[in-house]
Amino acid sequence: MKITELFERGEFVVSAEVGPPKGFHVEHLLEEAKTYLSGITAVNVTDNQSSVMRLGSLAMCKALKDEGLTPIYQLTCRDRNRIALQSDLLSAAMFGIENLLLLTGDHTKLGDHPQAKPVFDLDSVSLIHAVTELEKGVDLGGNELIGEAPKFAKGAVVSPCSDSVDAQLAKMERKVRAGADYFQTQAVFEPEKFIKFMEKAKQFGKPVQVGIIIPKSAGMAKFMNNNVAGIHVPDEMIEELKKDKEKTKAGITGVEIAARIIKECKPYCQGVHIMALGWESKVPDLLKLAEI
Amino acid sequence: MLITELKPRETIESLADGKKVFVINCQGCKEVHFPEKEANELQKEWSEKGIVTGIITTDYICNPENMELRLQAHKEEIEAADVVLVFSCGVGVQTIAGYLEEKKVCAACDTYPLPGFQGVTPLEYKCDQCGECYLNLTGGICPITACSKSLVNGQCGGAKNGKCEVDSEMECGWERIYRRLEQIGRLDVLKCPTQVRNFATDEEVSK
Repeated sequence: MKITELFERGEFVVSAEVGPPKGFHVEHLLEEAKTYLSGITAVNVTDNQSSVMRLGSLAMCKALKDEGLTPIYQLTCRDRNRIALQSDLLSAAMFGIENLLLLTGDHTKLGDHPQAKPVFDLDSVSLIHAVTELEKGVDLGGNELIGEAPKFAKGAVVSPCSDSVDAQLAKMERKVRAGADYFQTQAVFEPEKFIKFMEKAKQFGKPVQVGIIIPKSAGMAKFMNNNVAGIHVPDEMIEELKKDKEKTKAGITGVEIAARIIKECKPYCQGVHIMALGWESKVPDLLKLAEI
Repeated sequence: MLITELKPRETIESLADGKKVFVINCQGCKEVHFPEKEANELQKEWSEKGIVTGIITTDYICNPENMELRLQAHKEEIEAADVVLVFSCGVGVQTIAGYLEEKKVCAACDTYPLPGFQGVTPLEYKCDQCGECYLNLTGGICPITACSKSLVNGQCGGAKNGKCEVDSEMECGWERIYRRLEQIGRLDVLKCPTQVRNFATDEEVSK
């Protein structure tokens, strides 16, 4: 099922993220996904997230699909040139994987193989363009595909709380023009910034899922503030995480904060995307508290 | 060695279309081959049409002392022009765009590599000799060398406080490009078609 069909029906789409392991046994991950994520619309599978080598996104998507979940195949331009990317897209179509999230990807220098060659033959925009072309039955080299052309729901990302939000909007527009069908955002901790962003972004007429990270501790919040692009956790939230250490440790404070952010953003967007970062077990509680 | 070649005629003409043009020709350092004859023919045509406000022809336009004085001497002619069209390698175009921050500075040439000594430039600008100069779409700041991923369709989401995710000392090239385009009132160029790089260009040239 394409998640764009749900957006069209006016449903509030909920997705969460899983990261494949550095190894090939995925039973535990599948069990966790089935237990905690089967109630939501779709599950994103990251593509060598943070430039750390792991099991492939495509294989994990197939495994999730076989378990009855709806995977969103994340695909970055860091590790593969246009031949490999298009080939993997056809492979995805063969497996019946219909939802994509197309990204540029972190630089290789940030990960666990800093010696690796960063590819970036395409970027997020030209990758979306490549998928649009494949959907017309033609590859980027201008050659015709044999048989039926694949059809995907083409997702892209945008960073609404970035300090250069106008440049982000310009890039978002390029993605829309290249064929993006929906957007997932970088994690939002400042709903007022997100709401302002959405006032401008709604002109593109594409559904947007607000990105949510459950803050695990004050330390994690500070780390993100110092190191993660487009994320700023306000001081009062950090204070809230510090106040009752036991409650924070149990995940209750983080879930409360995340639920509050979802509630504030919900009237302005078409869905939510949860990056649980290992706290997948908290997703059902979070959605309940956020009244979704 | 480098080779500079004129961009396709229709591309250059679209840059000058209906506008007053100030022309800067760099006849290069000895490492650069410059399409002198073709450039002269085109500029002669434009002069006859009366769209040229002035021409500087010199070598080493990337030499800062040399160029600053020359630009000052032609200040009025440059002010009278809508676009400054630079016939040089990518470094030259970036140098001029750096000096004339509020002016629309465009590249008339593409730059290709050839084996051998690559020349020296005293400035921080770099040209990767990609053979499909993007400077006209990026306000004269090169996305191939100023962006650590060499992205050609806008910034990634990795910059933090304006600095690149790879190097906290390096400004995000695309944030610089965005600011420059805003400054010269050319944010509309971001609406250009999706750019897909062509890594085959150097082979095509050597054929």
